[in-house]
Amino acid sequence: MSVSRRKNEILIKVIVYVLLVISSIIILIPIFWMLSTALKEDSEVYLFPPEWIPKRIYPNNFIRALTFLPFGRYFINTSVITFLSVIGQLISSSLVAFGFARLKARGKDLLFMLVLSTMMIPSQITMIPIFVLFKLLNWVDSFKPLIIPNFFGGAFFIFLLRQFYMTIPIELDDAAKIDGCSYFGIYTRIILPLTKPALATVAIFTFMWNWNDFMGPLIYLNSREKLTLSLALSRFTGMYGMTAWNLLMAASIVVALPCFILFFFAQKYFIQGIVITGLKG
Amino acid sequence: MKTSMSSIAKREERYFYIFISPWIIGFLIFIAGPIIASLYFSFCNYDVVTPPVWIGFQNYKKLFFDPLFWQALKVTSYYSLLSVPLGIILSLVIAILLNQKIRGLVWFRTIYYIPSVISGVAVSLLWMWIFNPEFGILNFLLWKLFRIHGPAWLMSEEWVIPALIIMSFWGIGGDIVIYLAGLQGIPTELYEAAEIDGANSWKKFLNITIPMMSPILLFTLVMGIIGSFQVFTQAYVMTRGGPHYASLFYVLYIYQNAFQFFNMGYASALSWILFIIILLLTLLIFKSSPLWVYYESTRER
Repeated sequence: MSVSRRKNEILIKVIVYVLLVISSIIILIPIFWMLSTALKEDSEVYLFPPEWIPKRIYPNNFIRALTFLPFGRYFINTSVITFLSVIGQLISSSLVAFGFARLKARGKDLLFMLVLSTMMIPSQITMIPIFVLFKLLNWVDSFKPLIIPNFFGGAFFIFLLRQFYMTIPIELDDAAKIDGCSYFGIYTRIILPLTKPALATVAIFTFMWNWNDFMGPLIYLNSREKLTLSLALSRFTGMYGMTAWNLLMAASIVVALPCFILFFFAQKYFIQGIVITGLKG
Repeated sequence: MKTSMSSIAKREERYFYIFISPWIIGFLIFIAGPIIASLYFSFCNYDVVTPPVWIGFQNYKKLFFDPLFWQALKVTSYYSLLSVPLGIILSLVIAILLNQKIRGLVWFRTIYYIPSVISGVAVSLLWMWIFNPEFGILNFLLWKLFRIHGPAWLMSEEWVIPALIIMSFWGIGGDIVIYLAGLQGIPTELYEAAEIDGANSWKKFLNITIPMMSPILLFTLVMGIIGSFQVFTQAYVMTRGGPHYASLFYVLYIYQNAFQFFNMGYASALSWILFIIILLLTLLIFKSSPLWVYYESTRER
């Protein structure tokens, strides 16, 4: 191989790294700015030119932001909704996926196509009648409209779990059947234990969606003590006027923190879920 | 031909329906039922408190003459037309850079995905502050680096949509992960064979990378367009549709009609139009896909 070709390759490598580093910095600036603002004193927030690093670190902002609103209350509300949604999604989606992946039936392919096609339906089309339904049930201003729908399986998760279940050799089922195992037994004793990573992916995505959901809580929750973190955060702007950006950023960080922590501990499952379903999280 | 099924097969079929029953019930209650109800509401005057009153095509007629409907459509299309293709190009470029056998791949991938982890309201608030015309970091950097006086961004009719498009690029990490996985799945023999034939990098990109990636690109294009037509949180939190309706996204307009003005009938008509637009766009993309999407199975011809 010629020297010039070798030189060329090195040059390309250098350009690649430079571009990657620059784009990474651009991606990280907003996060740095968020953190920096959250730690600034009130007077320093409106300095021009802005300081990248606060002159004096002011961690007290976090306490001020969290005590202004009943944040503890909202944290519990959001956790309850999210936790129950995750449970519902895990149970229902895995049951349905088991049916589609392991059992033979007429009309199965057609039904599965129907499952997939529901992914394309914009939720706005069903939003109003579902609201009317929950209103008739007197469930508005409760957590039920945000939790209950998760107990009927989500198309994305059914698809994801089915893909995983299909990879498990069917002979395992046959062997279990000969040993007198019921279908439900195959589901709980063979399939579920073997697909824990896939279940983790479902749990993580359900967690992220419900934790960050805004439109749902906005439509269904009114009472001050029933708000979720997202909803409370959006009202924060109005309450403090437009001034207290340091407190707003501090509150935003606290709200985003659980998702951050989850991401760093379970990155593998995030990537897996995105790649298999094409979901972006 | 045997017409009756064996009892074992019948039993299995019964169990199939038992296992998928949560989805069937959910489909009826939360999808099929509401779609029919929504169609019915769209032909009614309905404020939730009193029963719906049939008014025929009135809502659809009203919609046609409603300047805000057209404005919402314009705003959303403008956003969609720019943010989706540009986002795809940007994430494909970064994914290709990441696929150059570099060190620290996992670190870079993590960094690009971080913004997608903090989604919703927190991101909206952060970008409101970034776009702040006087004290925000964006205009400061524009001045510091290029001596440009940045616009008023969210407070400018002209710049509010470009601002939201820029913000959307911050969340391309998911696409990068998808594309990277796709690129890693392209057999290296294809590139090696092309090299023997004397193809340069550009030729390889055009004749191998793009065709092999086209099914994935198609999928992300469809999902991206569907997603962009459903923008809500940013618009609600950051601009409330302003200034002067310049960021009146379609779903925000549906929300306002349904839950602020309680015109459930009109809002239903609006959402049906949205549904039809998304359906048509999806169909259009799929119909055109044989022209530009490459599938391994049809290669022989």
